[in-house]
Amino acid sequence: MSDKVASMHDAIAELVRDGDTVAIEGFTHLIGFAAGHEIIRQGRRELTLARLTPDVVYDQMIAAGVARKLVFSWLGNPGVGSLHGIRRRLEADADPAQRLEIEEYSHFGMVGRYTAGASKLPFYPLRSYVDSDLPRVNSRIRPISSPYGDETVYAVPPLNPDVTIVHAQRASAAGDTQVWGLVGCQKEAAFAADRVIVVVEELVDESVIRADPNRTLIPGLIVDVVVVEPWGAHPSYAQGHYDRDNAFYLEWDAISRDETRLQAWLGEWVHGVSGRAEYVAKLPPDRLEALTPGPAPSGEVDYGSYR
Amino acid sequence: MSDAFTKSEMMIVAAARQLAGRRVCFVGVGLPNIAVNLAARTVSPGLELVYEAGVFGARPARLPLSIGDPTIVTGATAAVSMVELFAFYLQGGLIDVGFLGGAQIDRYGNLNTTVIGPYDAPTTRLPGSGGACEIAINAGEIFVIMRQSRRSFVERLDFQTSPGNLAARHDSDGPMHRPGRGPSVVVTDLAVFRFDADGEMTVESLHPGVTADQLREAMAWEPRWGAAVGMTEPPSLEELRLIREELDPAGVSSR
Repeated sequence: MSDKVASMHDAIAELVRDGDTVAIEGFTHLIGFAAGHEIIRQGRRELTLARLTPDVVYDQMIAAGVARKLVFSWLGNPGVGSLHGIRRRLEADADPAQRLEIEEYSHFGMVGRYTAGASKLPFYPLRSYVDSDLPRVNSRIRPISSPYGDETVYAVPPLNPDVTIVHAQRASAAGDTQVWGLVGCQKEAAFAADRVIVVVEELVDESVIRADPNRTLIPGLIVDVVVVEPWGAHPSYAQGHYDRDNAFYLEWDAISRDETRLQAWLGEWVHGVSGRAEYVAKLPPDRLEALTPGPAPSGEVDYGSYR
Repeated sequence: MSDAFTKSEMMIVAAARQLAGRRVCFVGVGLPNIAVNLAARTVSPGLELVYEAGVFGARPARLPLSIGDPTIVTGATAAVSMVELFAFYLQGGLIDVGFLGGAQIDRYGNLNTTVIGPYDAPTTRLPGSGGACEIAINAGEIFVIMRQSRRSFVERLDFQTSPGNLAARHDSDGPMHRPGRGPSVVVTDLAVFRFDADGEMTVESLHPGVTADQLREAMAWEPRWGAAVGMTEPPSLEELRLIREELDPAGVSSR
């Protein structure tokens, strides 16, 4: 069995290239901050970043200058407010040299795009966008007539990232990946991608995966590299491992309002550390402890033995 | 406990009461979240909470701080992928009510959550659609909760993110089908509105202490008045107790 375990440094160095379309997916849950920070440290440029909710991780990456374009459906700091780093690069008074190109959909449109991408289909049809201005500003959202009747619905094009990065609770060394809690659109984004990086809280034996096949979200078949990075989704959360660090999301609102402060934060917490282990060591231990949830184990099921 | 109440508490209670008789509700964070949880404990026991993050039948043990808070998963009926949530639950016609808000609304309940100013060079870039556009089109009906002012209740939207009341649509014979009927109720910090047969927002009741002039001051068009505009029934002590002691004890959204 192949062992795909590598360091975050080597995974990003090998698989993420300048100009790539990169999707770091995970809806509020399991956001790949450790991977995003490594992309910043390695100075990638001209990326197209795709994600339903750019979240704080893309605010940081875009402010760090890694991207030229953003593909998204909801641009905010969830439960807090705005992503000020991105807004400064979009609004009327943006510095033309830093202006960010955007391609905008709705959530259903974005998950439909990954689904079409994963299925190798030319479009995904959906009941959305009727009487909305979105198709007027994004010409890739187009009406399509049903071949079986009079109806017309909207369609969105497939999204096939060069690289999809997902964070997960656990995987085997071969890349068989299990997730619980919100699963967002990580499966669709991974199957749609040319290359897949999985970052996990815990590396487990293949037997752990095989004991519970229904929990496998992504098979090692499509995974290129497995990176083991505990707390790699902080300040977002990993169900059962740690809670969202909401205090940080609130702090980011103040930090990101001021470009100088934002760049200083990147200097200290991204460029100033060698990787996630050093970042975690920098966080006060009581802060991490406060994020650790109490237990709520699932009931076990019996798959049965059939010989 | 004091029976004096905040504007937010009045909005939460007024919205919760409108959920009587509804079964499945698409929830947002903030005020809608508290309103739906209040309804589940008062007028609508058995109400199923659906979150766009991919949860059906949520039983949040704390006030969710974001749309994907882990508390909506633990103890839920089902955690599903987002494509399943949007395609099967929402587009499949299983959602009775969806809650939406926005930076701007017009008299027909069309909503803007995208930009203030021109799209290509906005003065304020707002979050965008998220799931709002498809919720507006596919949920059985839409409840809008938002604070009102001349800047938010506008004659003309800067951008139409989510379409409003179906009855107001001028090309309703077109080939594009909208399964839901659009907004049916708008709850603000001043009043409750419903929609007339021609799709225009109409005042149903003013909250306690609010005058007709105050309402006019807080919207850019001359409001249409219902046949018998009354006063919104103020929050009961039990409703206030549930909000303050159980649903939002820290007062994050209700104070």
